[in-house]
Amino acid sequence: MIVRIANVLAISETIKRIVLEAADGSVLPAAAPGAHIMLNIPGPGRVWKNAYSLVSSGSAYEIIVRRVVHSRGGSAWLHDHAEIGEKIEISLPANLFPIARTAQKHLLLSAGIGITPFLAYVPVLRAQEKKFEWHHCCKLVDAPAFAAVFPPGREARLHTGRNSLNLETLLERQKLNTHLYVCGPAEFMDAAVAMSKKLGWPGAKIHTESFGGATGGAPFSVKLAKSNVTVDVGPEESLLEALENAGLNPPSLCRGGACGECELPVLAGTLDHHDHFLSEAQRQSGTSMMTCVSRAKTPELVLDF
Amino acid sequence: MNLIVKPPETFRGDFSMRNSDSAILRLPFPFHDDTYMYAVNMEPHVRGGPTAAYDAVFDLDEHYLGDMQDRALVLAEDPARCQVLPHMMDAEWDTLELLMQSLAHDYPEHFSLTRNGEEWHWVNRPMNIDDTFVFGRAETLPYPPFEYITRQVQGDFTIQDQRDNNLFMDGGMVTSQADWSLNFDLGMAFHEWHGPVPVAHEIGVFDRALKYLLRLQYGKPVRRLNWTLTVNPRLDTSPENYPLWGPDKASVTPQNVGEKICLRVELQTLTRLPRSNAILFGIRGYLIRLEELARVGKWAKRLHRVLRDMHPDIAEYKGMIRYRQTIVDYLAPFDDGAVLNPGTAPEQSSL
Repeated sequence: MIVRIANVLAISETIKRIVLEAADGSVLPAAAPGAHIMLNIPGPGRVWKNAYSLVSSGSAYEIIVRRVVHSRGGSAWLHDHAEIGEKIEISLPANLFPIARTAQKHLLLSAGIGITPFLAYVPVLRAQEKKFEWHHCCKLVDAPAFAAVFPPGREARLHTGRNSLNLETLLERQKLNTHLYVCGPAEFMDAAVAMSKKLGWPGAKIHTESFGGATGGAPFSVKLAKSNVTVDVGPEESLLEALENAGLNPPSLCRGGACGECELPVLAGTLDHHDHFLSEAQRQSGTSMMTCVSRAKTPELVLDF
Repeated sequence: MNLIVKPPETFRGDFSMRNSDSAILRLPFPFHDDTYMYAVNMEPHVRGGPTAAYDAVFDLDEHYLGDMQDRALVLAEDPARCQVLPHMMDAEWDTLELLMQSLAHDYPEHFSLTRNGEEWHWVNRPMNIDDTFVFGRAETLPYPPFEYITRQVQGDFTIQDQRDNNLFMDGGMVTSQADWSLNFDLGMAFHEWHGPVPVAHEIGVFDRALKYLLRLQYGKPVRRLNWTLTVNPRLDTSPENYPLWGPDKASVTPQNVGEKICLRVELQTLTRLPRSNAILFGIRGYLIRLEELARVGKWAKRLHRVLRDMHPDIAEYKGMIRYRQTIVDYLAPFDDGAVLNPGTAPEQSSL
């Protein structure tokens, strides 16, 4: 889907809000709180695929982008080159972090740029008169920037000191049907999840943001013993896609690791399985793989195909 | 898309429903091979396939008005055939948007949708419906949004809520089902509502299917086919009305089997909904009498082989034990034993 950059707003020196609208003027597909989109960001010699949470819903998509210190290209491009009117390709929204509709209370914990999905949550929780409590943690230096985008209210608190949020006390005092949502740097999410588990929270009530299993990974090459060709699998494509792009006609059906149709026999190489089809014993044997989602841990694989 | 809607036929009483030649040839025939076993037979639901039934996102055919009339009759007698739990209101609107957009796009001569902000104008010409309403405000429609739109689209529908790494059947419009009950299944989790299916649990089909569906993405719907046999072209073969249709099973004879027995094919689609994150499950049913199906050479031969060699547990579950042999005997003369190409296309363009 092609969108047009409708506005770029600097929130701070390192944080920008970017507003996207359909390039052809049509209505963008609806997206719920927690949804993200993938941006195809042009870079020298390649395209970066970065996922960003939508911070709003409605007629436009809005994202908030922090310039990463050691940016591999994506966030730096959005900060340095994204201009109003520029066209960019995005994926349709996907939502792996939705609001749990059956919860009686929602406890939101975020840190740093992990604030973004909750900026979409809070207006909806307020409109639906849901009970919620939000704690956002950030460095003191970033506090003015976050305060500017943070919908104020008695349910929402900003914590800037290192120890100003006591996770244990907060999680301990929640009632039984509270759902916990965590988004932020990995160590922050790990700490919050570990504490909630320690206090006996059931896994089904703990939600962490995830952009889902990407099809890409480290590049490798695959030698096809029967076809007698070698195919390079790039970091942004699946093995199945690489075989198809090479003009071969491998079997496939669901393209999500469930149906088993794309299974191919493996003659050599170490596998990185991501499917739901093979049993643990079959995975261990290393003799077959699902090309739609699984990859190699070694630089080369040999398939009997 | 070229859709010619017939005046309503009946799917009860005198069973006036018949398939035209083009309706026969567009059947989504379900058997790829000469044998049948359960599998996670899901594939991306993209336009185009072995027959014209795959050309639209939600397929309508010549039986549209008859189907909708039969649905209205069922609902008048039993309103519990359409139920949606209160937390699914977003999914109701999602469904209405998806179905209206799809029909208006695929059949512009019959349907139109005009959106002016939240004020929507919907026209369904075959059913003489012309309504203006406010999206998001249920009181501006004559029925709740899910019921309103599914009274106008062929096929049964259920909506699955996703939570706790599971899917829950938290709503549906089910008036033309192959012997299962929404009223009984409402609120059940994925493995619970699939409980009665034989064999498939043991071979792990439902574990894999659930994991796959939990990751179903917006904008990338998937489809699968299912099938059973029904005596007479009756849409409402529900457990609630078993006394009305159960006795028909005893009416099948070698003389009437070709007219009475229908293959019931379900083109099932699964679509992720944007606001609710729920999944819409469409069960679009097609009924075809054996004597109609037998006019397609490849399909008659293949159906003969599949039913002849069916796993006994599956034959039992599909409810065909009483007349299975009668059907196999009826189809046998159509089968010369020739090797058939894999795939479901009819491989002939006229009858």
